[in-house]
Amino acid sequence: MTLIDLANPTKFLSLTARILPWLAGATAILLLIGLYQAAMAPDDYQQGATVKIMFIHVPNAWLSMFVWGVMSLAALGTLVWRHPLADVAAKAAAPIGAAFTFLALVTGSLWGRPMWGTYWQWDARLTSVLILFLMYLGLIALWRAVDDPSRAARAAAILTLVGALNLPIIKFSVDWWNTLHQPASVLRMGGSTLDRAFLIPLLVMAVGFSLLFVTLHLAAMRNEILRRRVRSLQIMQASQQAA
Amino acid sequence: MALGPYASFIVTSYALVAAVVAILIAWIAIDFRRQKARLRELEASGITRRSGRSAGDIR
Repeated sequence: MTLIDLANPTKFLSLTARILPWLAGATAILLLIGLYQAAMAPDDYQQGATVKIMFIHVPNAWLSMFVWGVMSLAALGTLVWRHPLADVAAKAAAPIGAAFTFLALVTGSLWGRPMWGTYWQWDARLTSVLILFLMYLGLIALWRAVDDPSRAARAAAILTLVGALNLPIIKFSVDWWNTLHQPASVLRMGGSTLDRAFLIPLLVMAVGFSLLFVTLHLAAMRNEILRRRVRSLQIMQASQQAA
Repeated sequence: MALGPYASFIVTSYALVAAVVAILIAWIAIDFRRQKARLRELEASGITRRSGRSAGDIR
């Protein structure tokens, strides 16, 4: 099966039926390994056991931006290449991305209270991620507000590409402004500053959460294809009844 | 595994992530069943796709 074959929704459904059980299994195994490693990780000399929150906060924060990146690629697929599954991919990703962003904000807040002494600070990183979360909600509302998926797709694609401007702001906010949030410690020039005892569980959890996203995204795309089939059959039924 | 004085923050964080992931999985699984059921209902009422494939083909 080539990439172009995936443009055919029926072939896409057949592929997802075959790979989803394997993806779900791999996700569960990786997350279980990651959780075990997180539980066994030593306390940090400054954060104590609170460092364990980082093993779930950081993967969710990465995914909050990664999912918007996926939706931006899908938006290009809708506007430029007119790929038949591009808007399906974009629509299916939005609620999952919103959930990851919500988790990044809340787990960050729960880490911040004992470490910073506050649940929330209006600094550049936190505020730009909150804006990302609100953009996800706006996008979901837009998809729901327009009945015709192809019309909604174009508007959503434009909004997604405009929203993508927020991604570099989130990433570099800790360098451009003086923020309470610490600068990058894993993906940075000169390598990670984390000790292996923390880095390995963090990377395992990050790969596990990324696989979770791929699994949920494919399953949600499958649902969206079926929803559109239901819609077109309902239109056929209505036109038959009217004739 | 001792979680120290901030155990409640750590446990709440993990419980919240587990709950949201469980809700996402349940929502997607329920949605899949609902769409398949709707397709079956439409096919049972005589409305079929041009390709002739049925909802029963979808796993």
